[in-house]
Amino acid sequence: MSLIRELHRQLTQKERSAVEITQSYLERIKALEPQLHSFLTVTEATAIAQAQAVDQKIAAGEDIGLLEGIPIGLKDNLCTRGVRTTCASKVLENFVPPYESTVTQRLAELGTIALGKTNLDEFAMGSSTENSAYQVTGNPWDPSRVPGGSSGGSAAAVAADECPIALGSDTGGSIRQPAALCGVVGLKPTYGLVSRYGLVAYASSLDQIGPLSRTVEDAAIVLQAIAGHDPKDSTSLNVELPDYTQNLKPGLDCKGRTIGIIQETFGEGLDPVVDAAVKAAIAQYEALGATVKTISLPRFRYGLPSYYIIAPSEASSNLARYDGVKYGARAEESNLVSMYTKTRAAGFGAEVKRRIMIGTYALSAGYYDAYYLKAQKVRTLIKQDFEAAFQAVDALVCPTSPTTAFTAGSKVDAPISMYLSDLMTIPVNLAGLPGISIPCGFDAAGLPIGLQLIGNVLQEQTLFEMAYAYEQATDWHTKTPSLA
Amino acid sequence: MIDLEQVRKVAHLARLELEAGEEEQFTTQLNSILEYVEQLNELDTADVPPTTRAIEVSNIHRADQLETFGDRESLLSNVPDREDDFIKVPKIMEG
Repeated sequence: MSLIRELHRQLTQKERSAVEITQSYLERIKALEPQLHSFLTVTEATAIAQAQAVDQKIAAGEDIGLLEGIPIGLKDNLCTRGVRTTCASKVLENFVPPYESTVTQRLAELGTIALGKTNLDEFAMGSSTENSAYQVTGNPWDPSRVPGGSSGGSAAAVAADECPIALGSDTGGSIRQPAALCGVVGLKPTYGLVSRYGLVAYASSLDQIGPLSRTVEDAAIVLQAIAGHDPKDSTSLNVELPDYTQNLKPGLDCKGRTIGIIQETFGEGLDPVVDAAVKAAIAQYEALGATVKTISLPRFRYGLPSYYIIAPSEASSNLARYDGVKYGARAEESNLVSMYTKTRAAGFGAEVKRRIMIGTYALSAGYYDAYYLKAQKVRTLIKQDFEAAFQAVDALVCPTSPTTAFTAGSKVDAPISMYLSDLMTIPVNLAGLPGISIPCGFDAAGLPIGLQLIGNVLQEQTLFEMAYAYEQATDWHTKTPSLA
Repeated sequence: MIDLEQVRKVAHLARLELEAGEEEQFTTQLNSILEYVEQLNELDTADVPPTTRAIEVSNIHRADQLETFGDRESLLSNVPDREDDFIKVPKIMEG
């Protein structure tokens, strides 16, 4: 059952007021934050004021929209006017955006209640949320383990029921991987479907904003709200949106659908328990009437090395703006160049510096063709593999992450080992495709496992319907972590 | 592969001051990352065009219209060092 629809029913039937619902989430945040640390900023006063406005409408007998009065968590790389937006970086510690991102603006206009800003890897660079300059977020299923990243705060907050829905951003898996590790639903939309205006840029040709939620239908409702053309983002697609939820009804099956198993994602490096859970999920799809094929994407595995040139290159350019001049932290120096170098030395953490270094190197004279251009050409080959696959299937399926949640601290000093965590999500960003992660089981330690479905360009509706059919046939999404 | 001297040069290009320990660490780590991406050379890309954007959209224009930003103070209040409505920076010219 959609949590948004359930809260909406409670509001319209006057079982609970918007203030009561908001208060209950704020209380849960207060109770759980000492062990989870998923929020960087909680906007209690404005949340209550917004909830009061919804209650006044209800009291006046006015109809309210489906998202009106629904609390939401926002990743702290989405600019919120008047509310500190840090990107979990010291360089933006005191940055208060003078403008609002398009997605948060749209959600506010629809009456959602922003509860606060969630933790992330600094500038969304990471796979564990340990790269936050402020705090380490715990996985609600075992707080000694990471929630994944970079949208780890949003994923943990949804899994722990600190908020019913949240927004994240996904450049190489930053919505889907934490969704998998925290046992929630996470969608990365087609590149360009959701406006990036007001999303602090990491790698602009890959970044997309998307929802995290407990159920597939909730993700579809949130996508409906945030998708659509925005003149403020020149990469925003001007397309007609389908009604994403119209077919999400009990009894939905997968008859007539063809699913392709990505052969290259099974084998070395895949945790056997993840392998077994994903194969069981594929069997479930067969039971739901889907035709299952094995598909080879021979260049899939080159996604990761291609990404680790392209994303840092774009990042090194995007992060040049943090120079201490107009906003952000500044190191006081009498000389301009040392003001820049010391501001950036003090403002950025190790992973951000590492990526700026790789990107600057890859773009520098003499290396551009060997690295950046080569990676962009490989990107074309990866895209071609997907294009060929979608001639034969409606969706591709594979694990979201090769392992379940790992222990905090276990990979921080081994960049490549950490990067491998995104092996199966990164090619999807390179090709600009939509991908969704849904819960599909647990390991022996009780940690969640995620199934990734990948769709063709703008086929979010297909993904939602296939994910929904699986969700209806299983009960993984009804399990909740046992937090005090 | 990248050596300590190149790491220092790249850090300068990126306007990043690195401590001695960081220079050493980045030399090792950048080398292992560059070694990892070497595998891209297993693929023949001689006749492959580069992809610069995931979904092709081109010639996106909008009217170049002036719009006044209503809240100057919200911009200026983010400035690390200001004097009235001016942004203060270290001197860039002698004299």
